[in-house]
Amino acid sequence: MVSVIADLEPARVVREVRALLNEVRDPEIPILTIADLGILRDVAVVDGEIVVIITPTYVGCPAMNTVSSDIAQALKAAGIEDFSIREQLSPAWTTDWLSDAGREKLKSEGIAPPSGPRDRRSLRGTVTCPQCASTDTELVSEFGSTACKALYRCRNCLEPFDYFKCH
Amino acid sequence: MNDSHFRYVLRLGDDALILGQRLSQWCGHSPFLEEDIALANTALDHVGRARMLLTRAGELEGVGRDEDALAYFRDERDYTNCLIAELPVGDFAFTMVRQFLCDVFHHELYGALMRSTDEQLAGIAQKSVKESAYHVKRSSEWVKRLGDGTEESHQRAQDALEEVWAFANELFEVDDTIADAIEIGVAADLAPIEARWQERVGETLRTATLATPEQAWPQTGGRQGLHTEHMGRLLAEMQSVQRAYPGNQW
Repeated sequence: MVSVIADLEPARVVREVRALLNEVRDPEIPILTIADLGILRDVAVVDGEIVVIITPTYVGCPAMNTVSSDIAQALKAAGIEDFSIREQLSPAWTTDWLSDAGREKLKSEGIAPPSGPRDRRSLRGTVTCPQCASTDTELVSEFGSTACKALYRCRNCLEPFDYFKCH
Repeated sequence: MNDSHFRYVLRLGDDALILGQRLSQWCGHSPFLEEDIALANTALDHVGRARMLLTRAGELEGVGRDEDALAYFRDERDYTNCLIAELPVGDFAFTMVRQFLCDVFHHELYGALMRSTDEQLAGIAQKSVKESAYHVKRSSEWVKRLGDGTEESHQRAQDALEEVWAFANELFEVDDTIADAIEIGVAADLAPIEARWQERVGETLRTATLATPEQAWPQTGGRQGLHTEHMGRLLAEMQSVQRAYPGNQW
């Protein structure tokens, strides 16, 4: 099999692959790319093969299979056949890896981004309403529409909203 | 291959799988919608953990069994989960009290396993400890609300505690497999974990106005494959599709 990228220098390959993967989105929160979310850990060229390293947000996250197949599809669509996708658990994913752009995108979708760096009392901390920016909010349920979110309600504008949990 | 290493990781996988399967029974039956979602998500965390642990166990065994082979094609006597995981869901109080006791144990256990000499196990522990911290937060809040709630909820929580207490002991049992696994640095020493567990559980029970039961006749056997009468039915349900259509995928 002849790889279209075989002759390029590794640094350039990595750049191009990263650009391609920038189009791959999280299947459950499609406003975020996998890079925004911090689950795309690394792209490298090892012995002429492209290695994409991803990490799950939560161990039971059902979106991981879809993420893998979306990455494979994006690379194949660009004519790249020589690649492997590896899952890496350590260091464990944390919401600290969520990019600033990602946080802004979440807010614009009505999802409150995780408040501040990870701390164990995140659910007792202040969560700001993504609609009216009030901090007078209350926890409705520790789990929302996906494993990575909790359900909150704003006491000011009365809107319920998803909160991307600190993890 | 060190046999104790394989068997220790298999036990962890079995604990996670069976507790996850039990919790998933609430899906569509919980008291209200948010709780339904929460219990299903917690079940998913346990099943996700089980997938990784059973995959690792299969690698260690080295005879080609993957996570599915281990989950779907072993019989009751080959399962080595502790008995507390397989007990029926009971009422909501029983589910939450059992969950709370297991969550605190898992939080302490996986915290210690982050230092396992098995790097893959340490990686799984790093992920699991964060999820268990969240599980404890949730189940301890429920135990407090149920215990310090109405007369009815208090009674149900106390009854649940009395029923499940005799099964907690097994979590801390050390047999040859665990002793070997501790010796090679794969497993965590259970004595300090038990001390922390007693302390944390006791504190929450006091806040919940629940009485810590007297030590009942300790129930044991799961690690040797000797299960309660509930285990066969659980496996029959969980394995039925793969037993009827082996290797079937969708």
